[in-house]
Amino acid sequence: MSSNAIAIPGVQVEGKSWLETLHEWVTTVDHKRLGILYIVYGLGFLVVGGVEALIIRIQLIHSHNDFVSPQVFNRMFTMHGTTMIFFVVMPILFGFANYLVPLMIGARDMAFPRLNAFSFWLSAFGGFLLYFSFLGGSGLYGAGNAPDVGWWAYAPLGARAFSPGHSTDYWTLSLLVSGFGSIGTAINIIATVLCMRGPGMKLGRMPLLVWLYLVMGGMVLIAITPLSAAQIMLLVDRYLGGHFFDTQAGGSAVLWMHFFWIFGHPEVYVLVIPAFGFASEIIPVFSRKPIFGYPVMVAATVAIGFVSLSVWAHHMFTVGMNSYANSFFAITTMAVGIPTGIKIFNWIGTIWGGRIQFKVPMLFCIGFLFQFLIAGLTGIIQASVPVDWQLSLSYFVVAHFHYVIVGGILFATFAAFYYWYPKVTGRMLSESLGKWHFWLFVIGFHMTFDVMHIPGLLGMPRRIYTYEPGRGWDTLNLIVSIGAFIQAVAIVVFAWNLVISYFKGAKAGNDPWDAWTLEWSTSSPPPAYNFATVPVVASRRPLWDLKHPEDPDSQYE
Amino acid sequence: MAGLIIAEAAIFTIFVVAYLFYIGKSLTGPTPREVLETPIFYTICLLSSSLTIHYAGKFLERGRRGAFLTLWSLTILLGGLFLFGTGQEWHRLIYEHGLTISTNLFGTTYYSLVGLHAFHVTVGIIMLIIVATFAVAGRVGSEQSRRVDVLSMYWHFVDAVWVVVFTVVYVLGR
Amino acid sequence: MQRVTKTLKAALHSFAFLLSCMTAAAAADPASTGTNVFAPQSTPARSILHLSTFVLTITGLIFVVVFTLLVYSISKFRARSADANSEPAQVYGSTQIELAWTIIPVLIVVVLFMATARVIHAMQDAPEPTNAVQVTVIGHQFWWEYRYPKLGVVTANELHIPVSDPAHPTPTFLQLLSADTDHSFWIPELAGKTDLVPNHPNRMWMDPEHTGVFVGQCAQYCGTQHAKMLLRVSVDTPEDFEQWIREQHQPAVPDERVAAGRRVFETTACINCHAVNGTVANGRFGPDLTHLMSRTTIAAGAALNTPENLSLWIKNPEAIKRGSLMPAMQLSQSDLDALVDYLETLH
Repeated sequence: MSSNAIAIPGVQVEGKSWLETLHEWVTTVDHKRLGILYIVYGLGFLVVGGVEALIIRIQLIHSHNDFVSPQVFNRMFTMHGTTMIFFVVMPILFGFANYLVPLMIGARDMAFPRLNAFSFWLSAFGGFLLYFSFLGGSGLYGAGNAPDVGWWAYAPLGARAFSPGHSTDYWTLSLLVSGFGSIGTAINIIATVLCMRGPGMKLGRMPLLVWLYLVMGGMVLIAITPLSAAQIMLLVDRYLGGHFFDTQAGGSAVLWMHFFWIFGHPEVYVLVIPAFGFASEIIPVFSRKPIFGYPVMVAATVAIGFVSLSVWAHHMFTVGMNSYANSFFAITTMAVGIPTGIKIFNWIGTIWGGRIQFKVPMLFCIGFLFQFLIAGLTGIIQASVPVDWQLSLSYFVVAHFHYVIVGGILFATFAAFYYWYPKVTGRMLSESLGKWHFWLFVIGFHMTFDVMHIPGLLGMPRRIYTYEPGRGWDTLNLIVSIGAFIQAVAIVVFAWNLVISYFKGAKAGNDPWDAWTLEWSTSSPPPAYNFATVPVVASRRPLWDLKHPEDPDSQYE
Repeated sequence: MAGLIIAEAAIFTIFVVAYLFYIGKSLTGPTPREVLETPIFYTICLLSSSLTIHYAGKFLERGRRGAFLTLWSLTILLGGLFLFGTGQEWHRLIYEHGLTISTNLFGTTYYSLVGLHAFHVTVGIIMLIIVATFAVAGRVGSEQSRRVDVLSMYWHFVDAVWVVVFTVVYVLGR
Repeated sequence: MQRVTKTLKAALHSFAFLLSCMTAAAAADPASTGTNVFAPQSTPARSILHLSTFVLTITGLIFVVVFTLLVYSISKFRARSADANSEPAQVYGSTQIELAWTIIPVLIVVVLFMATARVIHAMQDAPEPTNAVQVTVIGHQFWWEYRYPKLGVVTANELHIPVSDPAHPTPTFLQLLSADTDHSFWIPELAGKTDLVPNHPNRMWMDPEHTGVFVGQCAQYCGTQHAKMLLRVSVDTPEDFEQWIREQHQPAVPDERVAAGRRVFETTACINCHAVNGTVANGRFGPDLTHLMSRTTIAAGAALNTPENLSLWIKNPEAIKRGSLMPAMQLSQSDLDALVDYLETLH
C-alpha cells in the first residue's frame, strides 16, 4: 500500500513501476499484505462459486428443465461446494486472521512470515489446480472433466471404477495441497498468539477475536489432517491398487464417511468460530458496551471446539449405525448447541442496556444473530435422529447449512468487511451502498433459504439435476431461484462499494468507530511495522482506558 | 513444531485406525501371522537414535561440537539402518510372499502405515544430513542449539510413532 | 424509524417461517400419494412425525423467546440523539444470569434426548415378526432390484407389498444392499430413509396403513442419473398381493407371434444384462424383464411404460435418461419393432 511510509515534506519519494509493485506483492511476507491477498483471492472465488450456484438454480427453476445436462449439473454442485468452503470462506477467514491478529496483540508480524507466504501460495495453488480440472480433467481416458462426485466424494463413487479419468484426482490433490497450506497458517496463528503478545497482554486480556482464532487454529490442526489422510488413502486406492475403500475386497465405504466427517464437521466449526469472533468484536463497539461475559465466551468457544470433535456421525444417521451409536451422536450434537446458545445469549446481553448505533456493520451482525439462531435450531431439530431419517439428504439440510454459512458466517464476514475496511484502506465504505447491499441480501437470502426448507419437508432430495412435476416442488423452487438472483445483485452492489470506496470513500482516520482494541491505535492503513513503539496494555480494552482515564477497565478486571 | 506434530499425529491416527479396523478383514491373501517377522533389531536402532540425538543436543548446548557431530552422525546412521531394515523386510514380503499394496486389505493398510512412517523417517534423515553438512562446515555451534532442538523434537515424534505402529502392526495385529 | 424497520424485519422473518409451516401443514393430506413428510401412512413415518412435532414445539418456543428478546433489545436500546456524548453503563457480565441460561438449555437437551432415544430404539431395534414380508432391495446405478427370498420372486423398480392391518400387522421388512455405489431408499410417507451401502447390509421396515401407490426416490447421490432413480411402491390388499406373487412366479409364456423379437433378444447383447425366466436370458446387471409389462414405468420411473417409450429406450436411452448405463442397442428398425413386440408380451 502506498501509504506505508510517513509523508515527510520536501523529501522526494521515487515512484514505483507496476512491475515493481507486482513483484513486491508476490514476494511479500508482511502479514497485512498476505491478509489482503487471501481476502481478494477468496472474493474472486466467491463470484465463481456464486455463478455455479446460479447455474444450479436456473436448472432447478422448474421440473424437467434442461438448461444443463446432468453431467454438467453434477459438476456444478460439486465445484460450488468445494469452492465455497475451501477457496472462499477459508481464505477470507485466514486473510482476516493474518491481518488482524498481530495488530490486535501488539505484534509486528506473525511468528513465521515466510511460512505465512508459503501457506498462502500453497492454498492459492490448490484453487487453481481444482479449476484446471475443467481443462485437464480429461486425462488419458477421454473421460472426466471437473469433479462430479459431490464435495464429500463418498466411496465407492470416488473409486476408479466409478470415477474414471482424472476429475476426482483434481479434487483430491487440490484439497490435499491447500490443506497443507491451511495447516501452515494454523501453526502460524497458534505460535503468534502464544508467543508474540505484547507486554501486559495476558491471555485473559486478548480480544475475543484472537481467542477464537486460537481455537480455530487448534481445530484446523486436528481436523484437516484426517481429510488429508483419507485423501492419501483414496490416491492409494486409485493409483496403487489399494483397497481402503474397495468394497469388493472387503473394504468399507462407511470408513470413508467416518474419516470424511471427522474432518467435515469440525471444519464447519472452523468456519463459524471466526464469524463468532467478528460478532464479538463488532457488537460491543456498536452497543457501546463491553462484551457480556468475556470469560464464559472464551470457555464456551473452547467447549465448542472440543465437543464438535465428537459429533461427526450426525451426518451419517441414515447409514445404518446401531441404535447406541445413533443415540451417542444425537446427544453430543444436542450438547454442542448449549455453548453455542450461550454465546447468542451473551451477545444479546451485550446489546441489552447499550446505545445501539445501526451502522452497516451492526446491521449485518443483527442479521447474523437472527439467522444463526434459526440455523442452530434447525440443527437441533435434525439432531433428533428419527426426524433426521426424513430430513437428511433432503433440501431441508441444504437450507439449514446455507442458513449457517450464508446467513451466519457470510453476514458476520460482511460486517467484518464494513468494520475493518477503513483500517485496511484508510477509507470508509459507503453507508448508503452498504444499506442497499444489506437489505437486498436479506430479502434475497430469506426468499431463497426460508422457502428452501419446504421442498425438503415435501420429499425433495438433494443433488438432483431435475425433479418430477406434481410433487409440489415447482413453485417453491422458482421462488428459491429468484431469491438467488436477488442475492447476486446484492453482491454486485457490495463489489461496487469495495471498488468505488477505495477511490472516493471518506477518509477514515485511525479510529472511525470509536473502538477499543489495539488495531485502532495505528494509522489507517497501518505502517509496515505496525507500531512505532510496542504498546503496553493493562486491560481488555486498552483504548477505552486511554479514552476514559477516569473509569478504566483495568480497575475492574 | 508442536503444532506440526499435532497435525501429523492426527494423520497417523487415521492410518492407525484404518489398520486396526481392517485387522482380520482381508478376504484373501497372506495374513500378518503368516508373513510378518518382528523387526526387533531395527526397532532398537531407531529407538536408540532418540537417545543419540538427545545427547547430541546436550553436547551442542555446552559447545562440544565434536561430540555433537559424532552423536548426530550416529543418529543418521541408526535411522538409515532402520530404513534399510524396512526395505529388506518389504523385499522379503513382496518377493517371497507376494504381498503388495494391492494384494488385500492387509497389504494396503500395512504398506500405507509403515510406508507413511518410513517417509517421515526419510524426510527426517534428509534434514539431519543438512544439519550435519552445516556442522562439518563449522557453522553449527551452541547458538544454534535451540533450532537443533526443534529438529530433535521432530525426530522424537517419528520414534514415538514407530512405537505405536510397532505395537499395532506386530503385536496387536497378529 | 430504525425501530420500525427492525421490527418489520423481525416480523417478516417470523411470518416467513410461519408461512412455511402452514404451507407444509396445508399440503398434508392423509390420503395423498405425494412425498409429504407430514402425511404419514405407516408406523415409522408416523412415529417420526410425532417426534418432529414435539421437537418443533420445543425449538419453536426457544425461537419465540430468544427472538422476542432480540427484537426488544435492539428496539429499546437504540441510541437516541440525547445520548450522543455519553456511554451506557459498562456491564461486564452477571454470574446468576449466565448460570441460568446455561442450566435451562442443559435441561432442554436432556428432555429432547430422552424423547429421541426412545424413538430410535423403538424403530431400529424392532423385532421382526414371523409373518413379516421379507424383501431384499439391491441398489444399482440407477435402478432398484427387489428379491423376495421366502417367496422366490425377483423383480425390478416397482415394489409390491401388502397393506398392514393394525389389528393383525403384516409389516414388510427390507434388507438393503448395494451392487455398486451408495444409494438411499426414501419414501417419505412410509418411513424415514435408510442408505444402501455396499458391503454394509442395512435393515428397515414399514407397515402401510392404506392401499395405494407411494412414491419416492433415491436420496444418496450415486452418479449421473441419481435424480431419476425413482421409487414406486404399490401397497396391495392381501388378496391382490397374493395374486401379484403368483403372477411373478410364472415364467415367460412363449408366444409364436413374437418369435422373431424373442430371437433378437436372445441373440444380441440383451441377455448379457437382462433375465427373462423360462428363457436362456439370465443376465443380472440390468433389471429382470420377465414381467416387464406388469410395471407402470420403465427406467426406474424415468418414463411411462408405453411401446413408444420402450422403443426409444432401446434405441437411444440418452434421450430418456442421459448417462444411464443402458447402452444404445444398434438395431435395425425392423429388429427393434420385433423386439418391442416381444417385450410387450412379457406380462
